[in-house]
Amino acid sequence: MSTIAVINYGAGNLPNAVRALQYVGADVVITEDPAVVEAASVVILPGVGATQDTMRSLSELGMSKVLPAYIASGRPFLGICVGMQVLLEYSEEFGLHNCLGSIPGTVRMLPPGQKVPQIGWNQVRYSPEFANHALFKGIPDQSDFYFVHSFYCDVPDKVVAGRTTYGVDFPSVIIQNRLAAVQFHPEKSGRWGLKLLENFISWATSQNPISVDSNALESV
Amino acid sequence: MLTRRIIPCLDVKAGRVVKGVAFLNHRDAGDPVALAAAYNEAGADELVFYDITASSDERAIMVDVVKQTAEQVFIPLTVGGGIRTTEDMYRMLRAGADKVSINTAAVLNPQLISDGARQFGSQCIVLSIDARRVNEPNEAPRWHVFTHTGRDARPTGLDAIEWAKRGVQLGAGEIVINSMDADGQRTGYDLELLKAISTSVSVPVIASGGVGTPEHMYEGLAIGQADAVLAASIFHFGDYTVAQVKEYLSKRGIPMRQL
Repeated sequence: MSTIAVINYGAGNLPNAVRALQYVGADVVITEDPAVVEAASVVILPGVGATQDTMRSLSELGMSKVLPAYIASGRPFLGICVGMQVLLEYSEEFGLHNCLGSIPGTVRMLPPGQKVPQIGWNQVRYSPEFANHALFKGIPDQSDFYFVHSFYCDVPDKVVAGRTTYGVDFPSVIIQNRLAAVQFHPEKSGRWGLKLLENFISWATSQNPISVDSNALESV
Repeated sequence: MLTRRIIPCLDVKAGRVVKGVAFLNHRDAGDPVALAAAYNEAGADELVFYDITASSDERAIMVDVVKQTAEQVFIPLTVGGGIRTTEDMYRMLRAGADKVSINTAAVLNPQLISDGARQFGSQCIVLSIDARRVNEPNEAPRWHVFTHTGRDARPTGLDAIEWAKRGVQLGAGEIVINSMDADGQRTGYDLELLKAISTSVSVPVIASGGVGTPEHMYEGLAIGQADAVLAASIFHFGDYTVAQVKEYLSKRGIPMRQL
């Protein structure tokens, strides 16, 4: 029996993320308890807002050590929006500060020259080595997803599964082993967002992830 | 490329959509949840529920409508009308709204913008501005902000462009600009007003008021430089479908979300 734990640290999109996960059939547990995360078989970290506030909230819950340890154990994880950004080593938002450090890289501000935040639907272009990944199953390349953000993840190419252009080509999907993270809001991205959540759940709960994901794993 | 958004707006009173919706052949045209689902399927990029309810009993119904919608429709949902406090915001956001839109309450108490932005994030706070031209015909255009729209509209003396800038400084994440001169006329947006606002603020601007044809939407996006267009009657009365509008705008070079 696998427990899908959604971490409740006060993120505004938690209820809607949970509704979307339930809509695609996921049986989720909403938790503030690090012990539940330590024992979980799938963990989802939603997010809206700033990395610094999110890091503070995670620390207060006792999650800032537990989460990197959970991820390092190789169990499935999904980060959404700020739940993606806090996975990096550092963030430049409101002054450079440390984040969880599960993925190498820094959270940077979107470049000037267009409206910030980016609000609206934009395309995700798959990296060739990830185009057949289980996360993208049945979702056409360059499908539109709903973004709301002022900062983006600057990470090494090898973990970038999808990119989006807004003044800069930024990583909109990261995959590293059994960790997936998305800059957009799948819970607000209509049918393709729901499909991505459904794909994540079946990838995360499948007994034999290697068989659906051999190319991606080799490339990481 | 970031696409421009088409946002149908539904006026809801005591849990029922009040304007006619002609395109729903087999559904309850007064049911906001069914309508939201239909617009989602039709390709709307976002939805707005505007609560024109008067009493607090009826507001409780709106919370329930938002909750039911959020359980079935997975595109962004904004709720406006009657939001006067951060508690009102919290109720709607917790029910499943992604954003709340404030208008008169923000003019009366600008701190509502900053309080809302601090508690829920700027991305949740949409500042809606009703503006009317106040210049003489031989003068450069100027617009003032009005509150309490409709027959009860009251001048504030605030310059619309200055108010938009101040709203963004206070933490508004998006601006809806509604031309009271164009509203209901179906002769197109006030493009000068739109462009003046769009080029004055750093956040997305949503055009409202006056649209009668897809070409008006094109003008609002291309000339008015709006990031999104809000529309009610053009869709509700079945003149055009969302898909028709999007196809038209795509052909004219406006980036649109592909379904």
